[in-house]
Amino acid sequence: MTRLFAWLALLAGCIYFALPLIGMTEFSLKMRRGVYSLDAYRKVFEDPSFWATFGYSLTLAAATIVVGVLLVVPTAYWVRLKLPQARPYIEFVTLLPLVIPAIVVVFGYIRLYNTSSILPLTGSAIGTDFLLTMGYTTLALPYMYRSVDTGLRTIDVATLTEAAQSLGAGWVTILAKIILPNVMVAVLSGAFLTLAIVMGEFTMAALLNRPAFGPYMQLLGANRAYEPPALAVIAFAITWGCMGLIQLVTRLAKHERAKA
Amino acid sequence: MSFLNISHLEKSFGSLRVVKDFNLDVEQGEFISLLGPSGCGKTTVLRMVAGFETPTTGRILIDGQDVTGFKPNARKIGMMFQAYALFPNLTVADNVAFGLKVNGVPRAEREARVTEMLKLIGLPELGQRFPFQLSGGQQQRVALARALAPSPRVLLLDEPLSALDAKVRVSLRNEIREIQRDLGITTIFVTHDQEEAMSISDRIVVMNAGIADQVGSPFQIYNRPTTRFVANFVGTLNSFEVTVVNSTTLEMDGQMVTMAEPVTAEPGSRITMAMRPEALRLGRADGFETVLPAVVEEVHFLGSVIRVSARMAGTAIALDTFNRPDMPPPSPGQTIEIGLSGKHAFLLDR
Repeated sequence: MTRLFAWLALLAGCIYFALPLIGMTEFSLKMRRGVYSLDAYRKVFEDPSFWATFGYSLTLAAATIVVGVLLVVPTAYWVRLKLPQARPYIEFVTLLPLVIPAIVVVFGYIRLYNTSSILPLTGSAIGTDFLLTMGYTTLALPYMYRSVDTGLRTIDVATLTEAAQSLGAGWVTILAKIILPNVMVAVLSGAFLTLAIVMGEFTMAALLNRPAFGPYMQLLGANRAYEPPALAVIAFAITWGCMGLIQLVTRLAKHERAKA
Repeated sequence: MSFLNISHLEKSFGSLRVVKDFNLDVEQGEFISLLGPSGCGKTTVLRMVAGFETPTTGRILIDGQDVTGFKPNARKIGMMFQAYALFPNLTVADNVAFGLKVNGVPRAEREARVTEMLKLIGLPELGQRFPFQLSGGQQQRVALARALAPSPRVLLLDEPLSALDAKVRVSLRNEIREIQRDLGITTIFVTHDQEEAMSISDRIVVMNAGIADQVGSPFQIYNRPTTRFVANFVGTLNSFEVTVVNSTTLEMDGQMVTMAEPVTAEPGSRITMAMRPEALRLGRADGFETVLPAVVEEVHFLGSVIRVSARMAGTAIALDTFNRPDMPPPSPGQTIEIGLSGKHAFLLDR
């Protein structure tokens, strides 16, 4: 009986999550009257704005990942090694982006870095891109920090560091050759989560007036019928692809070790 | 001047002084063990030599060079850790080559050295394996090769055998000693296992509450402990409260014990005399002039040795005797005679 209820709950859950997606996907295939077609997807892919905004967001996602890794890996490493008492505070700070809405962050940026400020970053495209990258880094911080910190928990950071030091290695070598490779799977998990967040982010990009994928999706949704669900399916595919890559990397890493 | 000189070394963590005025001179090629219970400061001393802890006061000189302010990576020291500390992302060969690579040794020279080191530890065919594919003993051998590869000036061993099972521990400690002797590398070994320290050290530093209580050869430490702590910590000890009769004689439960060395305490004063379990004899024997009755409490058959726990002159004692198939051990409750000699006794005055 309990087993039956478990299966029923699972089935209800599946229906709850899958039905809207199936409905949306089905609707996106109905652009041509009477038959299923990929016309909506073709239209999306033929739109130069799609590729421009997609490429732009992808570039910024890559920049965000680089900044995130450079910021988070040494910080999490240092906190684990030298400042374990600071861990609760660091964790609190990294959680702030989850409770402070992006709109508050971006308005803060605009106030601090507008054209009449000491650092007028919003005055140029590259400056605004930089600002947006920093904003994305902030948004991704809870995920990136947790991933890396979990990765660091699986290795004996202190002893590995001391072993490397006794062999003559400096901090950069230790981070690049010992710590980073050993938390690579965790870093990649954080990186893929960052990618998924950046690709769908709307608020920051729209308010900083940058041609990102999020605002493009919103714009398309406001003016077209069939393309928005097609775009939503594409966005879901990207996110799921990222999740799949996390799984793949995790498995491959184990596989590589077992194989060697 | 000694090769490694540690003078007036102190370390405090807040108000807690964990190492107090620690002094040690180590000759080149010497194998020194720091022995003591948990929290006695032995690992802190080792970590200060390695550069992982900064001394509160004191100096550390290696080959005449003051390294006290040096960073760990500038000290040219090799270290083995209890937890192996092999780099999980690198193969065995890459682990051994790591120190050489960091120090800019050319590739060909590096490869030759790795091959030499792997041969030295008896694992020449395992270079392409990853650490997780090795047993604990193999991992610790690789850690030894990795520590030795850059030809360090001093080798530091931080309880490297503690995580291994008993059999591997014995064989690996002999291997470490053999390699250390062959290479003539100055070595400091931290352990809380007295048997380990006794079996492989040239000298032992027995530490207690941050102080080096006694420094000496294993023979001296065991047979002539200078403090009550050392006597009790190293091996099993029987101690008896005795009365000084004169400069050579002590009175113990009505029996006289003639000491080999002069007694400096005042006649009539009460002092503590100590003897190891193997210094006592079951029954009367030549050279064991003092004989006292004792009641057997327990008998432990340990194979080649039999340990008898008994009560003699109001004191619980332990006596070790070799197993003899023609002579069964006494039974609990039995009254026996125990022979002893002042030649095998020592006095504990602090």
